[in-house]
Amino acid sequence: MGRYVARRLLLTIPVLLGASFLIFAMVYALPGDPIRALGGDRPLSPAVVAQLREEFNLNDPLVVQYVKYLGDLIQGDLGTDFRGREVLDTISQRLPVTIKLTVVAILIETVIGIVAGVLAGIRRNGFLDNLVLVSSTIVVSVPILVLAFVGQYVLGLQFGWFPVSGINEGWYSYLLPGLVLAAGSLAYVARLTRTSVAENMRADYVRTARAKGLPRRTVILRHTLRNSLIPVVTFIGADIGTLMGGAIVTESVFNLPGVGRAIFDSVRAQEGAVVVGIVTLLVFFFVFFNLVVDVLYAVLDPRIRYD
Amino acid sequence: MTRPDLSKATAPVPADGRPVLEVDDLHVEFRTRSGVVHAVNGVSYSLTQGETLAILGESGSGKSVSAQAIMGILDSPPAVITGGGIWFEGTDLLTQPEEEQRKVRGPGISMIFQDALSSLNPVYSVGFQIGEMFRAHRGMSKKDARKRAIELMDRVRIPAAARRVDDFPHQFSGGMRQRVMIAMAIALDPRILIADEPTTALDVTVQAQVMDLLKDLQAETGMGLILITHDLGVVNEVADNVAVMYAGEIVERGTVDDVFTRPAHPYTDGLMSSVPQVEAKGGRLQPIVGQPPNLARIPSGCPFHPRCSRRRLGAEAAPGRECSTDVPPLRLVVPGREAACHYSEEVLGVRAQ
Ligand SMILES: Nc1ncnc2c1ncn2[C@@H]1O[C@H](COP(=O)(O)OP(=O)(O)OP(=O)(O)O)[C@@H](O)[C@H]1O
Ligand code: SF4
Ligand SMILES: [Mg+2]
Repeated sequence: MGRYVARRLLLTIPVLLGASFLIFAMVYALPGDPIRALGGDRPLSPAVVAQLREEFNLNDPLVVQYVKYLGDLIQGDLGTDFRGREVLDTISQRLPVTIKLTVVAILIETVIGIVAGVLAGIRRNGFLDNLVLVSSTIVVSVPILVLAFVGQYVLGLQFGWFPVSGINEGWYSYLLPGLVLAAGSLAYVARLTRTSVAENMRADYVRTARAKGLPRRTVILRHTLRNSLIPVVTFIGADIGTLMGGAIVTESVFNLPGVGRAIFDSVRAQEGAVVVGIVTLLVFFFVFFNLVVDVLYAVLDPRIRYD
Repeated sequence: MTRPDLSKATAPVPADGRPVLEVDDLHVEFRTRSGVVHAVNGVSYSLTQGETLAILGESGSGKSVSAQAIMGILDSPPAVITGGGIWFEGTDLLTQPEEEQRKVRGPGISMIFQDALSSLNPVYSVGFQIGEMFRAHRGMSKKDARKRAIELMDRVRIPAAARRVDDFPHQFSGGMRQRVMIAMAIALDPRILIADEPTTALDVTVQAQVMDLLKDLQAETGMGLILITHDLGVVNEVADNVAVMYAGEIVERGTVDDVFTRPAHPYTDGLMSSVPQVEAKGGRLQPIVGQPPNLARIPSGCPFHPRCSRRRLGAEAAPGRECSTDVPPLRLVVPGREAACHYSEEVLGVRAQ
């Protein structure tokens, strides 16, 4: 197991390199000149522009720029944006917001998704089962952006249940954005749990558990749920990384100052260093949580062995 | 189902006491979207202490469903027990609340299944799964239950039990896994063990070992054994009595010696003659000619008549014994032998009384 984890961690290096290069290239390929845009209405003098271009290596070809960036990165220097702010500072300031949002979303999808899925799975074709089926189909088929605006408008503005913007009300501010962010995964978790429970209820070993005269509670909780939750837990683990990426839309709509919002702003301003730094970090989280999931999988299911 | 049932009056109750289990006119159907499947249609049998009853019959004849009905582990829906009684030690389990029925499973009646790999939970150690019997029924601590699990694994002759108790089902061979199932089933010294094709999934050499183990355990504990199998050699070797099922009914019943040497029902006759040497180990049931019956539409009269070479239809038939219209009840043909055929005497080669 230790060797497996070590190998997987080593593998993340080329993944991160590849990902960061791709992002780098994409930002590079964006039309327009970031330096010129920097000045806004009052254009910068040509001398300043030239100096900035030199400072940020913008005159070098793509590969050279990238290698220089990597060189700095190895020394722990993520670079600065065009206004001279350290990218590392931006990240450390904004990451907690995104982490809080993700935690709220994961909690929502786990608790509501699993409970709904289990209840639906135990009573197949019952009321709850159909409710889960219909509501999850709707949620899955609506784009997150639409969901975000509708949620903001209806729950935030019309009913006034939730704050619609910013993080001034602590964890409470994260509830609605978290719900929107989690919606798709929540629907999926409910469906996955439902299918898995329904399938496991018919498994031979559940029949054995009943033949052993175990109480119904034990049959369901110990012999059905535990096995049914293996695919669910692994999905949720892998979803952490995905949700952090999905935060770009949610944070922008709800105006949360997280890394997603930072990406959104930086792409518009063509702040290459910021975009590359943050996205690479998100890719790392994604890869990392996938590794955690694979390890977790072996813990939950003794039939899985890595070596 | 309104077939006349004479089996109760004529059931061969052995002299050594009251039966531990009496299944009385059991009916089970599956109510599915595509119709009602009549899986068990009036099955009756009884079992005394230490007796081994073999249940034979082709695939789909209702052997497993009747066994699961006795255990109370049918999936309902779609299964519904529509009639009959399951008398265990003097009480009809079917009239008992679920909680009382549950307490019988394990200490009273227990069951082992064909596929031990899928019948054991893959995510718990075998010791834990065996120990669960003591924890659920005896309120034992986890630690004591584990100790008892090791003893049981020893008892079913799993080598190095103490070392293997924490292993998982997939780490055992097929034969060893079936021993784990057996250990679990006998944990609470049940009065009755139902073994549903316990050796079908195993290698031939391992089959013999597992059957020997079951026989030895039965000799030690005096439990009654209901053995569902396709292996005529095993039946011949270990069973006292045999019941042959067809289309959810028992069509013939008697001692193994009698039924095997002189079948009284054409279906049994077909089964026996399709195996060259019944005594040979591994002599298995062969498919006999014709389609198995559709349990959603069981043929009228004798359910076997579309496949029966001895059937008598129309004017050929004796009055009241037309094979496609008159239902042959399970009846005493000669002492100790029942069969559900209008013409059993001819099959037996004796004259009708
Ligand atoms: N869940 C179910 N839904 C509908 N029909 C079922 C279900 N389970 C069993 N049956 C029906 O009940 C009949 C009897 O099945 P059973 O499993 O008792 O056969 P069997 O005699 O044990 O056969 P085998 O030798 O193959 O194990 C089958 O024909 C099958 O169609
Ligand atoms: S009753 Fe008729 S059809 Fe049925 S087994 Fe006997 S002879 Fe054959
Ligand atoms: Mg069966």
